[in-house]
Amino acid sequence: MDMQAAKKKLGLKERYAVMTRGLDWTPSYQKMEDIYPYIAYEGIKIHDWDKWEDPFRLTMDAYWKYQAEKERKLYAIIDAFNQNNGHLNVTDARYINTVKLFVSGISPLEYVAHRGFAHAGRAFPGPGPRVACLMQSLDEIRHAQTQVHAISNYNKYYNGMHDFHHAHDRVWFLSVPKSFFDDAITAGPFEFMVAIGFSFEYVLTNLLFVPFVSGAAYNGDMGTMTFGFSAQSDEARHMTLGLEVIKFILEQDPANVPIVQRWIDKWTWRGYRVLTLVAMMMDYMLPKRTMSWKEAWEVYFEENGGALFKDLARYGITMPKCAEQIALEKDHLSHQAWSTFYNYAMAANFHTWMPDEDEMAWLAGKYPDSFDKHYRPRYAYWREQAAKGNRFYNKTLPMLCQTCQIPMIFTEPGDPTKICYREADYKGDKYHFCSDHCKKIFEDEPEKYVQAWLPVHQIYQGNCFPEGTDPSVEGFDPLAAVLRYYKLEHGRDNMDFDASEDKRNFAEWRGQATRNI
Amino acid sequence: MSTVFIALQTNEETRPVIEAIVQDNPDAVVNEQPAMVKIDAQDRLVIRRETIEELIGRPFDLQELQINLITMTGNLDQTDDEMVLYWRA
Repeated sequence: MDMQAAKKKLGLKERYAVMTRGLDWTPSYQKMEDIYPYIAYEGIKIHDWDKWEDPFRLTMDAYWKYQAEKERKLYAIIDAFNQNNGHLNVTDARYINTVKLFVSGISPLEYVAHRGFAHAGRAFPGPGPRVACLMQSLDEIRHAQTQVHAISNYNKYYNGMHDFHHAHDRVWFLSVPKSFFDDAITAGPFEFMVAIGFSFEYVLTNLLFVPFVSGAAYNGDMGTMTFGFSAQSDEARHMTLGLEVIKFILEQDPANVPIVQRWIDKWTWRGYRVLTLVAMMMDYMLPKRTMSWKEAWEVYFEENGGALFKDLARYGITMPKCAEQIALEKDHLSHQAWSTFYNYAMAANFHTWMPDEDEMAWLAGKYPDSFDKHYRPRYAYWREQAAKGNRFYNKTLPMLCQTCQIPMIFTEPGDPTKICYREADYKGDKYHFCSDHCKKIFEDEPEKYVQAWLPVHQIYQGNCFPEGTDPSVEGFDPLAAVLRYYKLEHGRDNMDFDASEDKRNFAEWRGQATRNI
Repeated sequence: MSTVFIALQTNEETRPVIEAIVQDNPDAVVNEQPAMVKIDAQDRLVIRRETIEELIGRPFDLQELQINLITMTGNLDQTDDEMVLYWRA
């Protein structure tokens, strides 16, 4: 019998060339600038699009194959988790509040990222980045879908997640992640790639996904762990794309360097401010902690980012200046954020609590220079007041930063006893900022940021009440009206964990799962 | 010197891959964390197809790694035969 010689397959490099550049063509009856109208106005100069190469050399056919396998694995595990009442195996019901934060704060961003990469990919004349953006766009919609599917099981049993997308577009603190991504997708295609592809995916994504995913693993949440890992396998590719984008743009023309540096400075800061929510989640919301925010920042930004910026130094790119301020804030960020949510827990879609003694000891150990001095006394006082029946929920709306939209809660760099305020005048109006960096971002593009939809301003203008509300009637309760507008049920979706239906139900159901009653 | 790293899910598919990485990168440090393995190396880390194939006794396509990747850092160069992560000094 003749041996059938195996047909020689193309090598990876040739296959990549054929399946990306080989599929492109030069238009003959339309002008390039008509087909790609957004490519010039940002000032980035590209001379040779063919210099772009995806270092994974992934082609669409291989992409479908591996993504299908990821999906099959993921959904098998989600089914098993749900069938086995996996939600009752989490460390304690406080953990579920991190899932609420995720589905209302992060999953909608995955969807916007899907749109953003579709738009950026369409804008680039080069087939290499176009294919890479297409893949990432598909990844992002997969992430949105799998997260919603995985978390929908929690929604059957626990409060606050029932209309996460409605909440994302309205609830005050969710305007922080929402406006971050809206800012990115309304930039030009190159800035979007530097903002999301590089600054967020490459520099910061480890700080988002690794803590959430390992947090889920530590806290018995197999469903979240699995979608997290499944998404993260795509993130590795996104990070590679992000780094490739930067190198490609910088190598194309030296005039690109200052433009890119400004974007890196801006988006590292913008992304870091959004990660305030993650810092708080890591230090306060995971019943079983993985690592502190400060440790995560040191490993994933200071160490790893340090290596990255050393590598990029050859182009004249330097570490963003904001890194100095972030280093000063790392002892304070999560504590200041959690204090704020504890204050405003009436208007949030998840529950809050004061750390117990063990947790305070953990915090003091992780933050020896700040916790006992500045934050423990505050918590001890609040706990004491709550025990006396004086739990204080702040109903006065805070001043927001015009750029990052976070309430003005952050302290002066180097002085944790003084709130940091900055302001700028523009066309006769005054604008407020949480920091020099947010102020600088505003001053670089005031026309963009004066349009910010600030939740507090909108509430005061009467734009966040259900239709038909009359705020002028006797005894009008603005907070109650705002909660109805958010579709949050007062006393059920908000306030302290201790008095929550979630806590009661979890205890009862776990009891049923472990005893014969 | 800068650290490059790759993190993979802990499972039966990645076990021989990690073994291969350790064989091919004598200075690599393996950190086993819950559900994931993070491997650090100085400046350069290589994953070789042949080493993996010797360990598993079947052909292996390096792109199969896509399924179990968690995160990585450094510049990447992937061919049919190897996947290299590196920082430029």
